[in-house]
Amino acid sequence: MFHPEALPLIFAALMGASILLYVVLDGFDLGVGLLFPFTTEAERDRMIASIGPFWDANETWLVLAIGLLLVAFPTAHGTILTALYLPVAVMLIGLILRGVAFEFRAKAPIPHKKPWDIAFWAGSLMTALSQGFMLGIYIMGLQWSLATVAFATLTAGALAVAYSFIGAGWVIFKTDGALQLKAVHWAKGGIWGVVLGMGAVSAATPLASPRIFDKWFTLPEVVALAPLPLMSALLVALLWLSLRRLPTRDDSFAWFPFVGAVVLMILGFFGMAYSFYPYIVPEKMTIWQAAAATESLSIILVGTLVVLPVILGYTVLAYVIFRGKATKLSYD
Amino acid sequence: MDILLLSRIQFAANISFHILFPTITIALGWVLLFFKLRFNRTQDRKWMDLYLFWVKVFALSFALGVVSGITMSFQFGTNWPGFMEVVGNVAGPLLAYEVLTAFFLEAVFLGIMLFGASRVPGWLHTLATFLVAFGTTMSAFWILVLNSWMHTPAGHELRDGVVYAADWWAIIFNPSMPYRLVHMLLASGLTVAFLIAGLSAWRWLRQDRTPAVATGLRFGLTLGALLIPLQILAGDMHGLNTLEHQPAKVAAMEGNWETRGNVPLLLFALPDEAARENRFEIGIPSIASVILKHDPAGVVPGLNDFVAEDGSVLHPPVSAVFWSFRIMVGIGMLMLVVSWGGVWLIRRRGVEGLPRPALWGLAGMSFAGWGATLAGWYTTEIGRQPWLVHGVLTVKEAVGDVAAGMVLSTLIAYLVVYALLIAAYLGVLFHLAAKAGQPAKPALQPSLQPAE
Ligand code: HDD
Ligand code: HEM
Ligand code: HEM
Repeated sequence: MFHPEALPLIFAALMGASILLYVVLDGFDLGVGLLFPFTTEAERDRMIASIGPFWDANETWLVLAIGLLLVAFPTAHGTILTALYLPVAVMLIGLILRGVAFEFRAKAPIPHKKPWDIAFWAGSLMTALSQGFMLGIYIMGLQWSLATVAFATLTAGALAVAYSFIGAGWVIFKTDGALQLKAVHWAKGGIWGVVLGMGAVSAATPLASPRIFDKWFTLPEVVALAPLPLMSALLVALLWLSLRRLPTRDDSFAWFPFVGAVVLMILGFFGMAYSFYPYIVPEKMTIWQAAAATESLSIILVGTLVVLPVILGYTVLAYVIFRGKATKLSYD
Repeated sequence: MDILLLSRIQFAANISFHILFPTITIALGWVLLFFKLRFNRTQDRKWMDLYLFWVKVFALSFALGVVSGITMSFQFGTNWPGFMEVVGNVAGPLLAYEVLTAFFLEAVFLGIMLFGASRVPGWLHTLATFLVAFGTTMSAFWILVLNSWMHTPAGHELRDGVVYAADWWAIIFNPSMPYRLVHMLLASGLTVAFLIAGLSAWRWLRQDRTPAVATGLRFGLTLGALLIPLQILAGDMHGLNTLEHQPAKVAAMEGNWETRGNVPLLLFALPDEAARENRFEIGIPSIASVILKHDPAGVVPGLNDFVAEDGSVLHPPVSAVFWSFRIMVGIGMLMLVVSWGGVWLIRRRGVEGLPRPALWGLAGMSFAGWGATLAGWYTTEIGRQPWLVHGVLTVKEAVGDVAAGMVLSTLIAYLVVYALLIAAYLGVLFHLAAKAGQPAKPALQPSLQPAE
């Protein structure tokens, strides 16, 4: 029904898309958690309210991404996940802490609220750092050595900063008044972190991997790739300009930092995807070598093509229903 | 310790923690829909009170179910890479369909159900509530299809040691699937029934005697009384199905060593695997044969049939299966007595007339469903050993090559987190129940009123 050679490619693209959606969507709510130390309790209530209806669905994109890795590339998933055993466990415990703290902080006796807020922040931090760390180890070909761990520590920090930035962008977009002003300050600080992080990771990647070096710096690739860094630089400049003027009196352009951060992440993602293609386990296994049986992939693809648009549809519906500035969360 | 045992303990710990919460949310979703529809119909405030109290429990349980479920989906890769490599062509699509048709549905509409009541029209909110309940049931369906297929594989073929799907219909409706699905859904219903009855009884004991509490108590007890006979029937049929497909498991459940007729139903025994016999056996003659074969002389397979020529044992560990099965059935019988006795008392004297010991008994059984559900899963899963996929793949072949120290340290971390979270969960449930009884005070310091 589908061309056997095309299927692995389609699934790699689907998996990439859901990783990207995850990083953007859960990125902003993890970022909101990362910003907790700089807030008062009332501000935290408001920030939580801004992500309340969304975080669960956002996280589901991670389940889909890992599910696609599991089901479409069964021989690769074991290699990748056993190599990343420890950071995966740290991430899972982080996700657990964050997800439950969200509920507990509102339902536990009032004196317990503060500890749950700390758990929310700690869980977000563990998740962000371990994801960044895994990215680094993955870029390094799943090798553990002093150099690769150092590089992974760098990517861990960079991703946490990126999440905080997109989180600040979200707060600017979804709140107003003093909190919005505060978020603009966070974003102003954060953007330098983002520039530093993206720069450091971009510099270190080709140095660490000769294959990626060749992929980036040979002709004509280097010309074809040039738009990525150029567009990123332009975007950073625009973000900086907008942050200096925000918040505006009629709240226009409050959406811009968030959208800018999203676009930055997409650019970074494509740079990364380009560097890896066609490998699923860096340097070892291509997506074709790792793919599951054609019949099974076809069965999944049929379902995916039918269901995915529906999922996207009701996801958009949820964002429309909860549009506008965040207010108090309540069940009635 | 060896990596296989550690990985098994870790998987068992994670899934045992996970299943606690789906067991509540699957049925509670439908119960909330019921409360909401009753309110829409009668406009009686008590239904709204019930909805607003139990929706909090639902939201909390759901969050715990989601985050522990995410752990589950990573476990396959981190601890059991052999699983997907061998049966990925069957397991993959089933898991994928679970994510696509169930997880997104629940997750997105949960937001609307919880926080959207004042933002969307009433019908859309009711629809969202329905879709969340439907989604949890769908995810139970898909994961139980997979789990049942692992117990009674069908519709596949083996080529070069890898499983390929041949007939999806046969895979999905594999022989044990209908029984397991029905049994698990009823287990969820019973868990929720006793939770509602138990917490309501506790509130009643604390002099929180509003119409909502009385109705909750009556509702929980009635639901329990309706479901438990069905569950016993379903359990019996499930057992007969298992006898057909996994006789070694049934032999372990019955603690029966020799293949013979007139097998007694054992009430107590200490199975001794070294001596291959039971010690301190107390049983009712021939009843096991009657249950399994509908004939006192019926011949029931024994464990000694599952020992290979060279003496290696091919049946599951006996004591664990034997005792977990008895715990489940014991709790089931207790549920029968308590729910029917409770309903009978309420019919005669009303909720006001319930004696204190009965109320304390109900409160004590708030989490009886958890006990039976875990015991049931232990029976099923330990009874499958040494197989991971019955007759296709053993657990040993699937385990990943990870340093044992790493598995041990993460296991300890999980256990600590889980113990704390269960304590917090129980604490908050009773805190919410106690708080619901206090008359709502006007919010003096609005900023201290936590957002829900
Ligand atoms: C999709 C698959 C699946 C599903 C839905 C379940 N299990 Fe399972 N279970 C496994 C797949 C599995 C497994 C991967 O096959 C394990 C891991 C090691 C093993 O022996 O089998 C297992 C083992 C296993 C063990 C350890 C048995 C032993 O090693 O002696 C326990 C106690 C449970 N499970 C409990 C549960 C519970 C409480 C479940 C309820 C949700 C459950 N399982 C559902
Ligand atoms: C190995 C087995 C299992 C895996 C891998 C697994 C995986 C998951 C995952 C990833 C989630 C989170 C989904 C989300 O983000 O919304 C989840 C939630 C859920 N799971 Fe499981 N699960 C397993 C066993 C089971 C079983 C046996 C049942 C039911 C009988 C079940 C029922 C549910 C339900 C109803 C939810 C929704 C969340 C909730 O209600 O708490 N799961 N599961
Ligand atoms: C009292 C009569 C009951 C009988 C005769 C019975 C029978 C059984 C049997 C034979 C199994 C093993 C299935 C297998 O071979 O894999 C089982 C599993 C199970 N039981 Fe029961 N059961 C009873 C009551 C209950 C109750 C009260 C609950 C929970 C509230 C419960 C929850 C479960 C669960 C969750 C499983 C594992 C899932 C499955 O395999 O269906 N059972 N039961």
